[in-house]
Amino acid sequence: MNALRELIGLFVEDGSLALAILGVVAAAAILSVLAAAPVATGVVLLVGCLGVLVENILRAQRNVTRPPARQ
Amino acid sequence: MRRAPSPTKEKGHLALMDVAMSNWATIAPAITSAFLASIVEVVEAFTIVLAVASVRGARPAIAGTLGGLLLLALIVIVLGPMINRIPIGLLQFSVGVLLLLFGLRWLRKAVLRAAGIIALHDEEATYRSESLQLQEEMRRREARADWLAGLTAFKAVVVEGLEVVFIVIAVGAGRGLLVPASLGALAACVLVLGFGALVHRPLARVPENALKFGVGVMLSAFGVFWTGEGLGVAWPGEDLAILGFIAAFLALGLGLVAVLRGRSAELAR
Repeated sequence: MNALRELIGLFVEDGSLALAILGVVAAAAILSVLAAAPVATGVVLLVGCLGVLVENILRAQRNVTRPPARQ
Repeated sequence: MRRAPSPTKEKGHLALMDVAMSNWATIAPAITSAFLASIVEVVEAFTIVLAVASVRGARPAIAGTLGGLLLLALIVIVLGPMINRIPIGLLQFSVGVLLLLFGLRWLRKAVLRAAGIIALHDEEATYRSESLQLQEEMRRREARADWLAGLTAFKAVVVEGLEVVFIVIAVGAGRGLLVPASLGALAACVLVLGFGALVHRPLARVPENALKFGVGVMLSAFGVFWTGEGLGVAWPGEDLAILGFIAAFLALGLGLVAVLRGRSAELAR
């Protein structure tokens, strides 16, 4: 069980980042099935991954710098 | 007198040069990312094996390391031939998605570390904490001390080694580059172990975060490329598109570090 957790940990550390990446891949896959121009699939994939990275990193910084809530 | 090359010959020559350029665009990043990623992983495994050797002696450390390497070799021998049976499109897609998960995870962490938002990985601290943990564990179970020490080395080699195996397969399998990628990883192992044997202490001066940043950039670029190929995208420039993706992830990563540092400095004022 521990080994399985470590194996999954190789790919997934921040669940929201992993989910967002899979979301981008799913969107690109749907576009490719709908027979859109293959370039559109590529653009969605590249721009989506770059966007996911930016959003996740900026959110991580906000979470760290946010002042603690008052008790 | 030399005759001028015929237009057909010249065209053929240009086509060959195109192929060579395109091959090099895939081979060079594959070898480089396997080499750099393996340095990071081997340094981490070496730190733990060294902690085991310092606490309990060389014998359990060597036994655990050899056991781990044997298991890794078995995994490669069993899984290696299976790769050839998977349809290329499916292989490219699944390896691409795993590379995106793996590469973007490394790049995210490296950016956050470079911007000072999370702490840098410290091999000296890992060495101290592993040694302390092991000493504590051994005091409690003296009878099985050698066994525990060997198991710690074994686990470190298997966990870090699996990452190396995955990276080699991921960057090499899609275009039949398993051998060059394996050579990149092997060179990293020889370099780190040779240097480690000489200095006999944790390799704390390896710029781990810079390596992780670079590898994260390359793996993410490969991830976009392979996932797209698996989905039938005809990338402009074919393999050369990888260089464009590397440039895009690199520029974004460096830009994010600059923005985050600027914001942190503003908050500190």
